[in-house]
Amino acid sequence: MTPLLTVRDLSKTYGGRIGCADVSFDLYPGEVLGIVGESGSGKSTLLNCLAGQLVPDGGQVVFDTRADGPRDTLIMSEPERRMLARTDWAFVHQNARDGLRMGVSAGGNVGERLMAVGARNYGDIRSAAIDWLGRVEITEDRVDDRPTAFSGGMQQRLQIARNLVTGPRLVFMDEPTGGLDVSVQARLLDLLRGLVRDMGLSAIIVTHDLAVVRLLADRLMVMKSGQVIEQGLTDQVLDDPQAPYTQLLVSSVLQV
Amino acid sequence: MSQEYNFAYLDEQTKRMIRRAILKGLAIPGYQVPFASREMPMPYGWGTGGVQVTAACLTPADTLKVIDQGADDTTNAVSIRKFFERTAGVATTESTRDATVIQTRHRIPEEPLTEDQILVYQVPIPEPLRFLEPRETETRVMHALEDYGLMHVKLYEDIARNGEIATAYAYPVKVEERYVMDPSPIPKFDNPRLESAAIQLFGAGREQRIYALPPYTQVVSLDFEDHPFNPSKADHPCALCGADHTYLDEVITDDQGGRMFVCSDTDYCSRRQADGHRGDMAPPVLEALS
Ligand SMILES: Nc1ncnc2c1ncn2[C@@H]1O[C@H](COP(=O)(O)OP(=O)(O)O)[C@@H](O)[C@H]1O
Ligand SMILES: [Mg+2]
Ligand SMILES: [Zn+2]
Repeated sequence: MTPLLTVRDLSKTYGGRIGCADVSFDLYPGEVLGIVGESGSGKSTLLNCLAGQLVPDGGQVVFDTRADGPRDTLIMSEPERRMLARTDWAFVHQNARDGLRMGVSAGGNVGERLMAVGARNYGDIRSAAIDWLGRVEITEDRVDDRPTAFSGGMQQRLQIARNLVTGPRLVFMDEPTGGLDVSVQARLLDLLRGLVRDMGLSAIIVTHDLAVVRLLADRLMVMKSGQVIEQGLTDQVLDDPQAPYTQLLVSSVLQV
Repeated sequence: MSQEYNFAYLDEQTKRMIRRAILKGLAIPGYQVPFASREMPMPYGWGTGGVQVTAACLTPADTLKVIDQGADDTTNAVSIRKFFERTAGVATTESTRDATVIQTRHRIPEEPLTEDQILVYQVPIPEPLRFLEPRETETRVMHALEDYGLMHVKLYEDIARNGEIATAYAYPVKVEERYVMDPSPIPKFDNPRLESAAIQLFGAGREQRIYALPPYTQVVSLDFEDHPFNPSKADHPCALCGADHTYLDEVITDDQGGRMFVCSDTDYCSRRQADGHRGDMAPPVLEALS
């Protein structure tokens, strides 16, 4: 099977400081990869480089495109990369405000990607928006409300609907449950797990919360100081961590 | 020196710079060309962009018409006309047919324009994406990549809120299936006439942008399949000339709440009246009086 994403030797520095260094991995279709590590370990840097939101210093990010098979997205033209970003890729930000248009109704937020790829029937766009709001447990009567009127959990669910409406094949998520109350987190995680399974999504989830990866991720990558220090099946890494740092990380969560 | 100003106020080098921007605009219809807008002896709200474009287009043989909301006699129109009478010494007219250059704010003349004419628009805000995406760096990329989904989001929001596309002025258009363009605050009623035999030039002074439509350029108003563009016409005829195909202004006739609807294009309306067309409230003809 061809990997959906093949990453080789990806590096990014900020001035002299390491963001992430020499990261390599494969992601297969339908797989969910968790990236864990303490704050400042380079998780967001890596995710942004993968999703074309940051330009890395070097390396390859090869995506198996629908039309032309595996292509290095780093040497694609900007229009091609943008097209991927609004069709086959999705990006869920930690802060829903970064991923939503706060001045646009919920329906408009969900419909935007459809319109961006040429949808021109208002009725169809609206039906699709209402359908997707339903799938993230937002009722139809909220379709014309702006996200400013929504709770944090609802905003995050709206962001997810807005991203998944075009049926992307790869979802990038940066701390999707961060900043939410624990009970709200649990509901969101449940929802995400359902969507990932139902749609057979491939996803890369960045989090510092091991409970999130335990629930969602098939495989795990542990980062420290910009480097990947351990990777493997989630249960393996969490139950039998090899690197001393991972052991520390796992034990600290057990104490919580 | 016999003349206080160079012909049409601007120096020749500035006019050449503006002409280069105009030619580039004509070569890439709908694309906003940056230009180094000059200080003009009038405030920005008075159409300094249009005035600079007009100045760069005028020749001594031209006949200039200036309209504001369709009328030739508003303060704005009169002062711009006077400005060019004084600085360029060109002939001026109120007749659309007789003009070779027409500077306008908020209207396209009703009379179909010809290949021998240039229509210059005064533009306050040239960027159609501005209210959706305030970052100029981002809107520039969106134009470059034809990333216009956001434009339809605006129309979607309109319909969601009002049941129909409520945008009545500055209704966005797509030019030659490429650039999305703001036609300046003309009523959407005028949008179909953006496809014209004349050269159309758009000048935004404060924003330092010029854009253009060459003759016979395809200009399509954005819409949805199930909410097609509707230029929406008033449901009554002009009270003075009886025209049922023009854009009307509401005019208060007395302090008892009396009002009537008349052509906003005053030249067109008086020409029709001179040709014998009468509306319900037209002044009586002279024979009837005698
Ligand atoms: N824009 C930036 N400019 C300079 N340094 C940055 C920038 N973003 C991140 N860094 C640095 O890169 C390292 C990795 O940061 P980041 O990827 O945000 O980690 P994480 O998401 O794991 O918390 C940190 O040392 C951080 O200070
Ligand atoms: Mg981070
Ligand atoms: Zn009339």
